[in-house]
Amino acid sequence: MVPLLDPLLIVALTLNFVALGVSRIRGVINAVALQGVLLGILALFVHPAIGTRVILLVAVTVGLKGFVIPRYLVHALREANIQDEVKPGVGSFMGSLSLGAVGTGLAMVFSDTLPLAEQHKHLLLVPASLATVWTGFLMLTTRKRAIMQVLGYLLLENGIFMFGLLLLEATPFLVEVGILLDLFTGVFVMAIIIHHISREFASTSTEHLTELKG
Amino acid sequence: METIFHDAVHILLALGLPPLLLGLIAKTKALFAGRVGPPVLQPYYDLIKLFQKGSVFSTTTTWVFRAGPVVGLVTAVIAVLMIPLAGATAPLSFTGDFVLLAYLLGLGRFFTASAALDTGSPFEGMGAAREVTFACLAEPAFFLGMLVLAKLSGSLQLADMLGSSLASHWTADGESLVLVLLSWFIILLAENSRIPFDDPNTHLELTMIHEVMVLDHGGPAFGMILYGAALKLFVFGALVVRLAFPRTGGSPWLDWPIFVGGMLVVAVAIGVVESIMARLRMTHVPVLLVAACLLSGFGIILLVR
Amino acid sequence: MSESLVLLGIIIAASSGVPGLLLGRTSISGQWVTTFLAVLGAALGLGGVVWFWATGESHPVVLQWSLPGAEFRVAIDGLSAIFLVPVFLISLLGNIYGLGYWKQTEHPQNGRKLRLFYGTMTAGMALLVIAQNSILFLFGWEIMALSAFFLVTTEDNEKEVRETGWIYLVATHVATLCLFALFAVLHAANGSFTLGPLKPETLRPGAATAIFVLALVGFGLKAGIMPLHIWLPSAHAMAPSHVSAMMSGVLIKMGIYGLVRITSFLPHPPREWGILLLGLGVASGVLGVAFAIGQHDLKRLLAYHSIENIGIIVMGLGLALIGRSLDRADWIILGLGGALLHVWNHALFKALLFLCAGSVIHAAHTREIDRLGGLAKVMPRTSLCFLVGAVAICGLPPLNGFVSEFLIYLGLFGTLMNGERRSFAGSSFAAPALALIGALAVACFVKVYGAVFLGTARSEHARHAHESPPSMLAPMGVLVACCFLIGLAPLLIAPILQQAVSAWAPNLEVVGPRLATLAPLVWITVMGLLLIVALLLGGAVLWTRLDRRAVEEGVTWGCGYVAPTPRMQYTSSSFAQMLVGMFRWVLRPRTHQPKDLPLFPPATSFHSEVPDVVLDVVVLPTFRFTAWLFSWCRVLQQGNIQIYLLYIFLALIALLLWR
Repeated sequence: MVPLLDPLLIVALTLNFVALGVSRIRGVINAVALQGVLLGILALFVHPAIGTRVILLVAVTVGLKGFVIPRYLVHALREANIQDEVKPGVGSFMGSLSLGAVGTGLAMVFSDTLPLAEQHKHLLLVPASLATVWTGFLMLTTRKRAIMQVLGYLLLENGIFMFGLLLLEATPFLVEVGILLDLFTGVFVMAIIIHHISREFASTSTEHLTELKG
Repeated sequence: METIFHDAVHILLALGLPPLLLGLIAKTKALFAGRVGPPVLQPYYDLIKLFQKGSVFSTTTTWVFRAGPVVGLVTAVIAVLMIPLAGATAPLSFTGDFVLLAYLLGLGRFFTASAALDTGSPFEGMGAAREVTFACLAEPAFFLGMLVLAKLSGSLQLADMLGSSLASHWTADGESLVLVLLSWFIILLAENSRIPFDDPNTHLELTMIHEVMVLDHGGPAFGMILYGAALKLFVFGALVVRLAFPRTGGSPWLDWPIFVGGMLVVAVAIGVVESIMARLRMTHVPVLLVAACLLSGFGIILLVR
Repeated sequence: MSESLVLLGIIIAASSGVPGLLLGRTSISGQWVTTFLAVLGAALGLGGVVWFWATGESHPVVLQWSLPGAEFRVAIDGLSAIFLVPVFLISLLGNIYGLGYWKQTEHPQNGRKLRLFYGTMTAGMALLVIAQNSILFLFGWEIMALSAFFLVTTEDNEKEVRETGWIYLVATHVATLCLFALFAVLHAANGSFTLGPLKPETLRPGAATAIFVLALVGFGLKAGIMPLHIWLPSAHAMAPSHVSAMMSGVLIKMGIYGLVRITSFLPHPPREWGILLLGLGVASGVLGVAFAIGQHDLKRLLAYHSIENIGIIVMGLGLALIGRSLDRADWIILGLGGALLHVWNHALFKALLFLCAGSVIHAAHTREIDRLGGLAKVMPRTSLCFLVGAVAICGLPPLNGFVSEFLIYLGLFGTLMNGERRSFAGSSFAAPALALIGALAVACFVKVYGAVFLGTARSEHARHAHESPPSMLAPMGVLVACCFLIGLAPLLIAPILQQAVSAWAPNLEVVGPRLATLAPLVWITVMGLLLIVALLLGGAVLWTRLDRRAVEEGVTWGCGYVAPTPRMQYTSSSFAQMLVGMFRWVLRPRTHQPKDLPLFPPATSFHSEVPDVVLDVVVLPTFRFTAWLFSWCRVLQQGNIQIYLLYIFLALIALLLWR
């Protein structure tokens, strides 16, 4: 593959840890946005033939993941008067970082045992995608506030997008559009929920959702 | 003959340059703040002044208090003689010398912290507690970086690990080396009590780490501490410079000026980092050190995959 | 000849306590006679070992023994010699220490008992190290374990001591049970009870794994590998200090000896054993020192450090096993050499630390670190010895701890070079873990040294402490000298280590490299001497500068407070707070703090502690649950004699029906 692939993936993996470790929500939003931009550029490298369609798709991906969605999240931050500080609800920063590190290490070990096609076997792409999925999952389970859950969901989507890059030669068009649509729906639903939660409970901690039990 | 020349230049440079680095950092911070700042040679004048002053010792202290600065200085001097500069072998070099280097600095830390506890003051105790805690996280990061270098160079001697073969490894395994470089820069900031770990210019005892450990020292003892701290900065800076600029021109007239230039660049970089960042909250400092460990750990995982 | 000397030493040591018993409770001469005999026995034993090293010949001594399957067969080889030296040396020094520390006049009830069992414990340990027969080994093992029980419960008038004795007894009997099973499996494989190498062809498929697991559990319980360490902290804290020195320095190494011996019997162990040992070593090391940081009882803290150092020794052994399964001679030599040297080093500096702690407790009458302080001014020599011990246990140059850790580092880093992928490179991750252990040890010992000896005294007892008598200071001085000797001249020990490694892996004698070529031991000597000379020079420079300028005395800067009190100092718990917080997920510290205080609060207190997690969370609840389960069996105990006759009748029928 292209020699620049590995360094970009390593930067993407480092951004996982930045997202787990920084203490301001804006920092997490920036990290996830930067990762999205990187993945858009990565798609440019991985795609077998570069034409107008590919460039358009890359531009839309970068625009959405890097600018539109983060701006909307910052807007939601200000609107709902959320304090710009990450409170790790379960465990601590060190615990999240350590679990993220353990997960990344296991992803590296595990990906070697998967039955991949020959050209994909020694790429960093598969472990990186598994590690990003794990980081997203970690963020979803250990952070209590709704906006952090959205960011965890975005990380999860980034990871799945990375894995989808492997399938580009087989199903070029469908995968990308499907993923983008999924992203759209998820983010919009989440945004509406944040708005409603903050209106009902005057706070965006998802703990209050347990009060809705019948 | 050539080795004697190299050793002589090594000793002169290693013992003479470090206070200049401190002065350069202070000058960079002053320029960022729009001030003129103290002259670049100010630390030398400070050292000369301190060695001529009298001392006040607390009645609570024992000989350990007087021994602390001596051990800190001596371990730093020996450490500086073990680091290879400018592509030449250091005066003291053998297999596994990096282990001795790390543990010598640990010896210095042990006695500095003990001297701090000797005063019986809560401030010094606080500083000592924080210093030894952060060192616990910095040491594994250093050794993880050493794992990368050992794997790449196939040798356990600092002269080979940071030698001229490193230049070829940059093109082949550049990603691991970048991660180690970042990690070691973070450790440099942590071990030398720079922002974002500790503010060397703060005047509040409750927020200090290194400054408060040496609060009760004065006169020649404090001069020894200051010089020892400059030497320690030189050690870590030399490691970063050798990692970042491993290419050697071949002739000593080119290598040494390149090395000195690299050290000055590192000093300016530290000054820039200190000027644009604020100090981290105390509870977030371990997180950054764990991040440094993870960066180096990443580096070695990439190599042995 | 060497075996006879050692056997003579064993007999004299075992019987050294008997004259004391005969000479009455309040006689001082009984103590002198006993100590003289014990020292004589230990000296004879050491002489035997030196003779063995000098001549290199080993003639097994075989005596007749009427027990079926057993024979009294003893022989010294390189491995036994290494383990015999700490046994006799620490016993010798401990007995001299006991002259001043546990005077018969001060402790009439238990003084004679202590000296009797001190001697038998020494004899038992020396016997098991040279035994060549399983049953003889078990004899020596049980003598050692039971003597240790009686020594731990020396002050059995206190409730805590009795409870500690129970936990120790349970642990040691579980270990002995595992050893019985182990020797039974060995007998099935070997055909006899002689301890010797096994041939892989004669082993049934699961036998090798069974041997390894039984040895790991049985010897691991004695050695104190996590999580089998539950008896160690309390036992070492409650015993008298020179007994703790013997237990921590030598007793737990008998578990290591067993592990080393059993693993030497199988020439090609699977790789997983070495990786398991390496992992257990790392876990013991890190968690041991993490627990130590949270303690504020001086001897409990030192006991947890023993667990940490056992972890380091097991790491070296694991590396040697990995090397053996891959035929990498350099890994074997560095790993096992480092582990065995660390056995010696730990015996030396841990005994030194415990003797100093005993000195402190003897003077200040308390083990609580936060009640001590400022002792360096009233006990300067003890404080200097403790400082040497602390620097040595942290593995800092120029002392002996650095040399053994250096060897293990070289071995671990060596796994990166031309090894296979992953599992072997994975073992190099133990090197940063070792660095973490070292840094945590530095943190812990700065805390202990600072809180106990530096600063100002925190209680009346500490203020009125006094220096120890020469009988207590002399053994400490000898140990300090040994620490410096091994640290500055490791080349002297290299041939002894080489001989021991050859005894463990016999094919290395011809083929493998020598320890002195793998590790730059000469450079260690050079750097150590350079460091000491430079320190003296630096001290001289400072002295001359201070001498010439005005030097005044004043009060410590207290940020404007004019009346500093000893209570304002940093306590040991505050020093450790950040680290205990980082490890709180495993340490589970408990605090008792005042809650719901009114506006003008009355006098109240705060208490924090780090109990042993494995004991409190795993072992004690399991025992309680089992006790509850078995209480249902009380139904069978009716107390009615007719029902018991019915039980006997039913058992008879069952036996008749069963073939």
